[in-house]
Amino acid sequence: MRVALFVTCINDTLYPRTGQAVVTLLERLGVEVDFPGAQSCCGQPQFNTGYRHATEPLVHRFDRAFRDYAYVVTPSGSCAAMVRDNYPRIGAKAAAEGRGRELADAAARAVPKTYELTEFLVDVLKVTDVGAYYPHTVTYHPTCHGLRMLGLGDRPRRLLEHVRGLELRELPGAEECCGFGGTFAVKNPAVSAAMGADKVRAVARTGASAVCTVDNSCLMHIGGTLARQGSRVRPVHIAEILAATEDGAEGGAVPGAVDGAEGGAR
Amino acid sequence: MSGTSLGMPAFPRAAAVSTGDSRLRANLTHATHTIRDKRARAVAELDDWAQLRAAGAAVKDRTLRHLDHYLERLEESVVAAGGRVHWAADAEEANRIVTRLVRETGEREVVKVKSMATQEIGLNEALAEAGIRAYETDLAELIVQLGDDLPSHILVPAIHRNRSEIRDIFLREMGSWGRPAPEGLSDSPAELAEAARLHLREKFLTAKVGISGANFMVAESGTLVVVESEGNGRMCLTLPETLISVVGIEKTVPTWQDLEIFLQLLPRSSTAERMNPYTTTWTGTTDGDGPRTFHLVLLDNGRTDTLADTVGRQALRCIRCSACLNVCPVYERAGGHAYGSPYPGPIGAILTPQLRGIEGSLEASLPYASSLCGACYEVCPVAIDIPEVLVHLRERVVEGGPVTRRGTRTVLKPARGHAAERAAMRAAAWAFDHPGALRGGMRLASRTRRLHPRRLPGPGRAWSDSRELPAVAAESFRDWWRRTRGEQRPDGASGEGRGGVR
Repeated sequence: MRVALFVTCINDTLYPRTGQAVVTLLERLGVEVDFPGAQSCCGQPQFNTGYRHATEPLVHRFDRAFRDYAYVVTPSGSCAAMVRDNYPRIGAKAAAEGRGRELADAAARAVPKTYELTEFLVDVLKVTDVGAYYPHTVTYHPTCHGLRMLGLGDRPRRLLEHVRGLELRELPGAEECCGFGGTFAVKNPAVSAAMGADKVRAVARTGASAVCTVDNSCLMHIGGTLARQGSRVRPVHIAEILAATEDGAEGGAVPGAVDGAEGGAR
Repeated sequence: MSGTSLGMPAFPRAAAVSTGDSRLRANLTHATHTIRDKRARAVAELDDWAQLRAAGAAVKDRTLRHLDHYLERLEESVVAAGGRVHWAADAEEANRIVTRLVRETGEREVVKVKSMATQEIGLNEALAEAGIRAYETDLAELIVQLGDDLPSHILVPAIHRNRSEIRDIFLREMGSWGRPAPEGLSDSPAELAEAARLHLREKFLTAKVGISGANFMVAESGTLVVVESEGNGRMCLTLPETLISVVGIEKTVPTWQDLEIFLQLLPRSSTAERMNPYTTTWTGTTDGDGPRTFHLVLLDNGRTDTLADTVGRQALRCIRCSACLNVCPVYERAGGHAYGSPYPGPIGAILTPQLRGIEGSLEASLPYASSLCGACYEVCPVAIDIPEVLVHLRERVVEGGPVTRRGTRTVLKPARGHAAERAAMRAAAWAFDHPGALRGGMRLASRTRRLHPRRLPGPGRAWSDSRELPAVAAESFRDWWRRTRGEQRPDGASGEGRGGVR
């Protein structure tokens, strides 16, 4: 099976190791991974801030970049949700504005092939044991878009439960938003920071050494708040946990390691 | 809307203040978490909740699509049952009508059933200007009124107050409004409720005019419906000689059979009750029973304009259960007053800018008062996709566009203060659509990563005030892929040339 990796702009620039972990993991599971260079941002920051028209070229770009693939896999719940939930809206609105069906058609092609990583593993590859080893205590924060827009359900948890050495700790108030919300973090800083502080307090209560999500954007906010508080809890993307094995990291990915190249602590 | 809310600062500023109020935060967190947990249990008891929810949304949508028809039917039915119907285009007209109707009775005091519509139009203030005193009889509204405060929640207007604050208000203020609170009043809920009961009883027994809203209006019979938990509303609806009901036009349902759906959805969603304790219905006037005179004031106040917006109109399905407030992480931290309107929380963030227009700075800030987490949509008993409407309204704020104001289609200009953001968003979108330029920028960012400031200036400061900034990676994923896997065709989906290190 051959899939295209949609790495997303935030992973590309800030968290490349998440993308590397996805490659490592999928190849270990016998999947051939391509990285179409024409890909770019999904357009979520623009769309969610109200700049729908600025998003339109990015819908076309997504369609062009991934046209030849049956599967597009992305390590981001919110970017997958952007494609699946909002691309059709963008297409429908363009059509309603009398600008033809092109965008709607592009959206219709993008929607069925786009999978968030854990969805792809569980629903398409039909695996929950990916052969990972991660000897740490971990708590899982289900991100809002993964939880409510994509309906990931217990897929990420089922994957984590099969990771050898991993001890999963329940996160109190898990389904509450961490307070990132894209430009919300900048437009409503006080509320965003208060939500982040409460989330980090809940993370600390678990006593876990790492907090994991399906989305680095939420982790950037949670990790940034943890780091500011001098916490030793590491933010780690689920892909990096699932890619980890007993004989060490492949492809240069060292899951959950904190150094200058990783976001959060500096 | 209410004059009392005018001049409120924009949401982020107000929220920054309330977020720092630790007592408010504690009161709200305790109350909202208690209600939301109870609601979740009450809803989980029904295995057909999803169907009920869909049915509720469908009935509302169908009614709203043909609202002109159902309103005419409603008017005919009310008149046939002995009531009188008045149409009010806006708050001012509604206040004028109600003031005139009260004056015609010769009374200077009225008792009120808790009503969002009268909050919306600022009726109490308008009556006060005309020398008429309006007594709120809902316990929480009474607390708000005695405390010279504003409501901060749709269902629990005094949610921001705790028991000891309420006791202090009762002791301090009850005497100047009527029967004083008993000396030595404690903050036990039973004692507080008893003090309110004795205070209010005097009002119920002397008032000749009652003013209410309604949760629903049944078009086929001209029946109005109020659902409540305390029974105070029923006293106001049955004891006075004159009853004046001020109701938003969107509260119409075609038939009693439709009502059945909402009488299941509303109590479980709002108070987590299986059935609400008091359901009062009244149809015109009846000899020897209840008020002699009944007036219905049908309130538009921006609703017809909202109806013209095909995405935004779903906000008019709202049955004011307040479930969205109780799950909203933003409401929980910011509190209700930050929304500058009787409609706070997620529903307020989409209703207020639509009813009032988005030209004001508060109204323009409300669509951004959400992290788009989607919890509000999940709990909404009539499936209002609040995040969808929020984003839709954000677009109206930053890009302008066609809107309907007072029945006339006009084109709105983008709100001021978004020029820099608009430029940045467009620049980002351009860069994202030109990978060559983007890659150059990313490489530059990587090479200069050690020079990046740890605290940002301008809008970015908001981020770095409370959080560490993420560092730009030494090597982007794109560059790593190229270094290890080989060149890609720049325009396309090529898997060729993957000769890199595996």
